[in-house]
Amino acid sequence: MDKMGIVFALLGAALAALMSGVGSAIGVGTAGQAAAGVVTEDPSKFSKVLLLQLLPGTQGIYGLLIAFLTLTQIGILGGSPEMSLTKGLLFFAACLPMGIVGLWSAIHQGKTSVAGIGIVAKKPEQMAKAMIFPAMVETYAILALLISLLAVSGVGRLTI
Amino acid sequence: MPENSYAYAVARIRAKELALLNAQSVEALLAAKSAEDCMRLLEEKGWPADNAKTPEQLLSAERERTWGLLAELTDDLSVFDVFLYNNDFHNLKAAIKLAYTDQEPHGVFLANATVEPQMLFQAVKSRSYADLPERLRGIAEEAYLALSHTGDSQLCDMMIDRAALTAVLEAGRASKSPLIKKYAELTAATSDIKVAVRCQKTGKSLEFITRALAPCESIDVVSLAAAAASSQEALLGYLDSTAYAGAAQALRASMQQFERWCDNVIIELIRPQKYNPFSVDPLAAYLLAKENELKIVRIILSAKVNGLSAESVRERLRELYV
Repeated sequence: MDKMGIVFALLGAALAALMSGVGSAIGVGTAGQAAAGVVTEDPSKFSKVLLLQLLPGTQGIYGLLIAFLTLTQIGILGGSPEMSLTKGLLFFAACLPMGIVGLWSAIHQGKTSVAGIGIVAKKPEQMAKAMIFPAMVETYAILALLISLLAVSGVGRLTI
Repeated sequence: MPENSYAYAVARIRAKELALLNAQSVEALLAAKSAEDCMRLLEEKGWPADNAKTPEQLLSAERERTWGLLAELTDDLSVFDVFLYNNDFHNLKAAIKLAYTDQEPHGVFLANATVEPQMLFQAVKSRSYADLPERLRGIAEEAYLALSHTGDSQLCDMMIDRAALTAVLEAGRASKSPLIKKYAELTAATSDIKVAVRCQKTGKSLEFITRALAPCESIDVVSLAAAAASSQEALLGYLDSTAYAGAAQALRASMQQFERWCDNVIIELIRPQKYNPFSVDPLAAYLLAKENELKIVRIILSAKVNGLSAESVRERLRELYV
């Protein structure tokens, strides 16, 4: 059991990167299909729909950031990877907001981007408004990033 | 097919919707001096006028282009078969009458159908119905027998029309698409109302009307048949008490207004699909919008060919999707 702390901590880091990455891949992929549909009919809208396609990609980056920070804190990237089971579980819990919210927000942001791409297809002059709708979903990914960031840093300073 | 798989298709349809005729384009067509001018305007809107010398060729080329687009967008076109059932059953009527009178078909079949018209004709002619789809098999045999025994083509048509509605309703029930489900129910209900109105005007018996109506969920066909067999007031009164009160109102104005109402309710049904970014429904809505557009263009072109005024055409025009 004395080795399980690091296992849970690493599992948390992996889940943060994995779930957010999967969500972003789905979101960007879905939006990419819609973007390709618009570009098939009107190639001049490429740059506009590309921006909307990229929006759900940020969760993957946030997940990477949390995973990297956790790996640094737990000593996997240098230092001593020794820790108690309690501390390992705390790291695991700290990574969960980013993993779970990252996954769901990226999928839903992808769907909202698809709807935004529909706006650009018909009314390209409404591009700014079309971007605001998927950007709203980003709020929750940022909140989760913030909580995971604070929690991982906080747990790192604990001596338990 | 998962709904996300339609993201590409729906986005392309959104871009294509920009080329659908809007009120301004229709006004421009109405203001054109001749059918040729109208065809030129349509060509500017992207209609395939290259090889189309006549209005009919232009309409047919545009319909073909629409189906070609849908074939590009989805692997399985059978999801849209329900929209072609009317053509299948029209072709069946023609095939039965041609076979009964021992004539060869010359331009009587509608090309855009799920069953190849020549195959349908040969099946009816040789009385070998096994190759026909199930929805046509039974009724083909039954209607041919009815025609050969009674010589009553109206009875034959009535049987086939009812079978067509039943097929549309069954396709709607089997479909996973909410739009196609509603379309099937609405089509059956409005067709039942049309049948009831015609039967009332021609003084058909209650038995005939009851046989002609296809039972659907949104209308009680027993009450509809009884009202139609009674009087026009009773029929309109019954319709007023249903979800189709608009039909009664249109019928009080004229048959033309009623026909217009029937098309307009379909447009009302599909209009929310303009804001749906996923699923097959926006594709089905585009197809129905395009059919409506073709109908409008046909009315305008015929009016131009026959020298009718823009005002008289305006009364016949349907609502537009965009």
